[in-house]
Amino acid sequence: MTTPTTTPTTTPTPAPRSPGFADLPGLMSQLTGDEKHTAAATSTLDVLWVLYDRVLNVTPETAGDPARDRFLLSKGHGPMAYYAVLAAKGFIDPAELTGWTSAESRLGTHPDGTLVPGVEIGSGSLGHGLPLAVGTALGLRVQRLTGSRVVVLLGDAELDEGSNHEAIALAGRAALERLTAVVIDNDSATHGWPGGIGRRFAVEGWETRTVDGRDHEALYRAFTAAHPPRPLAVVATVEPRD
Amino acid sequence: MQTMRETFLSTIGAQLDADPRLAVVLADISAAQLEHAAHRHPDRVINVGIREQLLIGVTGGLSLSGMRPVAHTFPSFLVERPYEQIKLDLTHQGAGAVLVSSGASYDMSTEGRTHQSPADVALLDTVPGWTVHVPGHPEEARRLLLAALPGTGTVYLRLSAAVNAEPHHGTGFQVIRRGGAGVVLAVGPMLDRVLAATAGLDVTVLYAATIRPFDAAGLRAAVGSGPADVVLVEPYLAGTSAHLVTEALAATPHRLRSLGVRRDREVRLYGTMSDHDRAHGLDEASLAGTIRAFLS
Repeated sequence: MTTPTTTPTTTPTPAPRSPGFADLPGLMSQLTGDEKHTAAATSTLDVLWVLYDRVLNVTPETAGDPARDRFLLSKGHGPMAYYAVLAAKGFIDPAELTGWTSAESRLGTHPDGTLVPGVEIGSGSLGHGLPLAVGTALGLRVQRLTGSRVVVLLGDAELDEGSNHEAIALAGRAALERLTAVVIDNDSATHGWPGGIGRRFAVEGWETRTVDGRDHEALYRAFTAAHPPRPLAVVATVEPRD
Repeated sequence: MQTMRETFLSTIGAQLDADPRLAVVLADISAAQLEHAAHRHPDRVINVGIREQLLIGVTGGLSLSGMRPVAHTFPSFLVERPYEQIKLDLTHQGAGAVLVSSGASYDMSTEGRTHQSPADVALLDTVPGWTVHVPGHPEEARRLLLAALPGTGTVYLRLSAAVNAEPHHGTGFQVIRRGGAGVVLAVGPMLDRVLAATAGLDVTVLYAATIRPFDAAGLRAAVGSGPADVVLVEPYLAGTSAHLVTEALAATPHRLRSLGVRRDREVRLYGTMSDHDRAHGLDEASLAGTIRAFLS
């Protein structure tokens, strides 16, 4: 037997593949044990994916950087899609999804910003995220951290809360151009919004864009196209709630 | 002598010049008085208009961004109306802030119930972690404010038109007078009238300008091994600190009498602050009668 003259070649271990959008249903199944997800459970899924995959400048490594982009989930109920995206992007270990809502888990049916890595605020009670986002955007502007975006996600029914209207008015007057409110519109507000949700923001001086909440390219363009120095509202329309 | 509110407004204006992390959030109240400061620091004097939920929400957001926010308005609108914002936008988020109210309990004596909020300290007791200052003199208010500004915690500074003649500086419950027949704890502006009401009585008088955290050790030291008679005199809802007295003296036989703004009925009264003092049994003569009857 001859001694090999060259180093034996081995098949290189492929670099771990980053989870993609197609992996999210599997991650959500770890939470729910259910392969099928209702529209309500996934109403935010596409928006969250586009934001974390292509728009937001924040990673697990920069989650404590003062100059990071901030994402505030105001609509804190039904956070399965949020946890799935956070797991796909490495903020939390996918193994942690199993066992959520147990006493040993950091993941509840409403997220807690002090417990979960990468989660900016605790939410669940509606009408708190946008006011907090306005304050955060004002504070970043004072500190000249003007490269940072503040994106807050709300539901159309959540707009019923008056605290949001207080925030919409102030953000418009303060011309908070680094603030984006994305409203998932699944037509669930009890009394509706005649003329469309965008109009509520527009009259207060916001730039508004209404897009298909399942169309990733349309969402990406809505989030990233230049807009005048004023806050941006993206209304993402999805299937009406059952 | 400047009022506590005037002292606050002049002090905070100067501190805005000194500390770039400081921001003041207003809901129209006191905006005119801070106009000069707002002119110098347009980004850091933020008047949200008459939007008190937003007042606290923005305060929470500023804190999350790395600022040290101070929110100020009347206590009805600073603590009672946005109570859930205090609970969620500050404490639940782990966000620090200094809340400064002006117009304590029935300071606005002719304004009616809408402008009275004797429940503010009791409400904050339902949320963990708050430091509560109830100064009895503008100079105490100024020092407590200056101590709170560089910190990171949640602090409530409760300013009142009612004052004592002299400031009493120091931490914890201060022993103003020593005696053997009981302990009277006077909170903030209640001190001078408590001293007058207990003149000639052999009691220890304690003074608190900071009521949360509650100085349990200070109270136990004043009470000794018991049995003891304790009278609590607070300028807000009667009995607000009773649970902490009970906890502090769990191992000491004692009786407790809690005095403060009455909670058995809504006092529908205009008139002066003195009229309200009498209606709530917090004037000097009423206090003297109640305390003597309890100790006899």
